[in-house]
Amino acid sequence: MLIVAPFLCGLIFGAGLLVSGMVQPTKVLAFLDIFGVWDPSLAVVMAAALAVAIPGFMLTGRRGQPILARQNFLPTKTQLDAPLLLGAGLFGIGWGLVGLCPGPALESLATLSPGVFVFVVAMAAGMIAHGAWQAAQPIVRRDGPLATDG
Amino acid sequence: MANFTPVSAAIGGALIGLSAVLLMLLTGRIAGVSGIFGGLLNLRSQDKDWRIAFIAGLILVPLIAAALGYGMAPPKLPANWVVIVAAGLLVGVGTRLGGGCTSGHGICGIGRLSLRSIAATIVFMVTAVITVAVTRHMLGG
Repeated sequence: MLIVAPFLCGLIFGAGLLVSGMVQPTKVLAFLDIFGVWDPSLAVVMAAALAVAIPGFMLTGRRGQPILARQNFLPTKTQLDAPLLLGAGLFGIGWGLVGLCPGPALESLATLSPGVFVFVVAMAAGMIAHGAWQAAQPIVRRDGPLATDG
Repeated sequence: MANFTPVSAAIGGALIGLSAVLLMLLTGRIAGVSGIFGGLLNLRSQDKDWRIAFIAGLILVPLIAAALGYGMAPPKLPANWVVIVAAGLLVGVGTRLGGGCTSGHGICGIGRLSLRSIAATIVFMVTAVITVAVTRHMLGG
């Protein structure tokens, strides 16, 4: 069951990206291009997602324990810090360069577009490089994947 | 605002929100795609099954849509491969350093009213808008 649930969630998530048009970089870039012919669709996607997620997470938070697992895996950090802001800044530059973020990039692999494969391999390389850098730090809190926000 | 598609955006957004809530309700996990994918690349991680299942679902959607007659057009990407590689590297490093992307911070994090995610979303929106402004309106790309 623990495999079926995330698989179904992946299907629903992918359907949302496809229906909303957010799998298309042109659509994303049209939102980010506030000085051009602006397309506010991405803001509507976020607003609708949050309209479901905010009350939904209030419910799951009150429930405490997930249905198919022993505990929730929630981020432990609460303070703003330099890695968070620097990382978000770098991500935004990459996102703005081509209009792909991780979800639409992985989903678009299905189109067998060579450019998407190159993007995903570079993205994976960036993630592995960050992991190697983090592992090489002498004094780090070994919080592992639990400590990441999402 | 000639290309504004509010109805499909609202339906798609609601589905994304539903997926995030269901994943938390059922498995206790955050539906942040950079985190899910990043965890797959970590050799030490013991919890790859659910990550593979989520990503498999994600990748299967365009194939199911195509079988139903709604084929997805391949994404339009820059002609310059250097730009694609640079963007991929920045997205990879940035999302791991910053602990999330548009889904993890922008939807799950803000959905949980996390201060870190609200700050991260503001920062990546601002740098993305600046990047598009520079590449489209200053460099004329």
